[in-house]
Amino acid sequence: MSEFFTAAALVTTIGAGIRYATSYLYAAIGETFGQRSGVLNLGVDGIMLLGAFSAYYVALKTGDLWLALLMAAVVGLFMGLAMAFASVTLQAEQGISGIGFYLFGLGMSDLLFQKLVGTPLPISGFPEVHIPWLSDLPVVGELLFSHSLLVYGAFLLVPIGTYVLNHTTIGLKIRSAGENPAAVDTLGVSVARVRYGTVMFGSMLAGIGGAALTTELGIFQQNLTAGQGFIAVALVYFGAWRPVGVMYGALLYGLVTSIVSQLKTLEIIPRSVSDLASMLPALITILALVIAVQRERQPAALTKPYERGG
Amino acid sequence: MEGRKRSNLRLLSLAGGLFPVVAVVAALLVGAIMLLILGADPIEGFGAMIQGAFGGVRQLSDTAAKSVPLLLVGVGITIAFRANVINIGGEGQIIFGALFATGFALLFPSLPGWLLLPGVLIAGFVGGAFWGAIPGALKAYFNVNEILSTIMLNIVAVQVMNFLLQGPWMDPGEIERGSRIPQTTRLAQQADLPLLIKNSRLNIGLLIAVVAAVLVYIFLWRMTEGFRIRAVGFNPHASRYAGMHVQNRVVLALTLSGALCGLAGAILVFGSEAHRFVTDGSATGFTGSAGFNGIVAALFGGLHPLGTIPASFLFGALLVGANKLQRTVQVPGALIVALNGLIVVFVVSSAIWKRRLSQRIQLLASRADEPRNGP
Repeated sequence: MSEFFTAAALVTTIGAGIRYATSYLYAAIGETFGQRSGVLNLGVDGIMLLGAFSAYYVALKTGDLWLALLMAAVVGLFMGLAMAFASVTLQAEQGISGIGFYLFGLGMSDLLFQKLVGTPLPISGFPEVHIPWLSDLPVVGELLFSHSLLVYGAFLLVPIGTYVLNHTTIGLKIRSAGENPAAVDTLGVSVARVRYGTVMFGSMLAGIGGAALTTELGIFQQNLTAGQGFIAVALVYFGAWRPVGVMYGALLYGLVTSIVSQLKTLEIIPRSVSDLASMLPALITILALVIAVQRERQPAALTKPYERGG
Repeated sequence: MEGRKRSNLRLLSLAGGLFPVVAVVAALLVGAIMLLILGADPIEGFGAMIQGAFGGVRQLSDTAAKSVPLLLVGVGITIAFRANVINIGGEGQIIFGALFATGFALLFPSLPGWLLLPGVLIAGFVGGAFWGAIPGALKAYFNVNEILSTIMLNIVAVQVMNFLLQGPWMDPGEIERGSRIPQTTRLAQQADLPLLIKNSRLNIGLLIAVVAAVLVYIFLWRMTEGFRIRAVGFNPHASRYAGMHVQNRVVLALTLSGALCGLAGAILVFGSEAHRFVTDGSATGFTGSAGFNGIVAALFGGLHPLGTIPASFLFGALLVGANKLQRTVQVPGALIVALNGLIVVFVVSSAIWKRRLSQRIQLLASRADEPRNGP
């Protein structure tokens, strides 16, 4: 146990935890916007997979990571458009249509990978960006200020998302569309346009989350996300529909993942026990859900399509 | 109140009608276009799939075997949907059924077959019921969204499975060889599910699944308790007013739903060719995504237990045919997973036209009933 508690090992573990949290954070912040406007996008995992594959493929072929990121964002945007069309325009049952989008993304990313790439070749990830002065601080420097731009971007989304949701007109429209769409409609704001916007924005972030995952790991494989997108959906509930709460949830998942893998590499705990430890975040999330529903209230119009005069 | 009522009809409007067939045809058309883009001849591709799924006794029995878990999961999902509960915890419930069944066989390896075989099936049923009852209770008594709790319980189930298969239950041979594949040892022979056709993969699981589907039909449409479940799904407020305990029905629906998934898990283990519990560390590695594909079958079967029988056979055929697709036109079988996803999206999206149609019919009917006060 003592090897684990050296300062260096702890810093490495927590640093890795922050990086692991990144892909969850992108997807979950995006999902927060959708849910605040009243749409539950359950297809996040599939969109992340498609985003991850497109980023991986572009990075493999061109070596241009920014182009890869852009590609993942565009693919996410288009998946968001399809999702919004199904759930807003066609008023599809969101709990089930999301599973359809998940299966589509799962199959499609696997199909394209097998057909276009075949053997998993490694790609290089985004370089770490050292911020002058801040990165040189002892401990904190390595912990918080020695990550890639993608990691900073994810955590920057938290204050930005909070500000947009709570202090801007757009945020007000989004929140109202999720609480009382009829009122929004009365004021001449299109509920459909707001929801299209949030779902597409959220899906774009899910695509970027997938890109963050594949560049962090440096590979792509079938079902790369292994359910991360579903966890991202749960994190929104965990965080009570607030970006800051969502961030705590993402950090919890990231840290548990890195601690477990660190304990495994140092052979402190046997492999099988680490599997048991890996289910802690899921159990904590269930517990958080139980507590959260007693305290918090979900957006009143969540999963309810809006129809004028309905 | 008004919104609540409408959302109930929303889920039920997925039941029945011609739209699922249209959705499958549309998805297959998209599949044909994708085959063209991938440089394969769609006619040759689909021909190979039909050949691979229906081409002979061997193919037909493979298809039937593949449809067994889909049927059980689909029928289970149907019970939940009829109570207006969305169960996407099929994967976890299959795994828990398999865990209980395997545990039973490991605990009593020397029981005679006539005791052990029913024993493992009942254990699977109980394991799935247990894993379905949890989200049921969480929803009924703590108001926790069942979509989220079932997703989380899927994750927990995978971890429990990996813990047992890489730890206490791991095949000692795997440890000796150092290959460390997460699997149990070959389970007691007398618990092997008897084959229906010699040298095939088709076992009595098929009969069990079909009987289960018929029993669930009788339960839901011919028995009081089943009627209550459907009533609660159709209108919880009216049901409560009529003196029904709505919460208990929600728990019962999810418990039964999970139980059937658990039964599928037991059949997956004891009807497999390896006769052991084996995974690759993911849920899909063991279930083959039956927990999700069962939803597709249930939707195509019109959320009716009997409709799910032919529906799961069709989707079993798609999955078996997918292997042939790879060999004949070099298109990975993952195409079928993507198409399954499209079918789900198309079915739930097309429900809007069905609702509009029934609204119009109701409107016309109410107009016809109105007394004519005209001049």
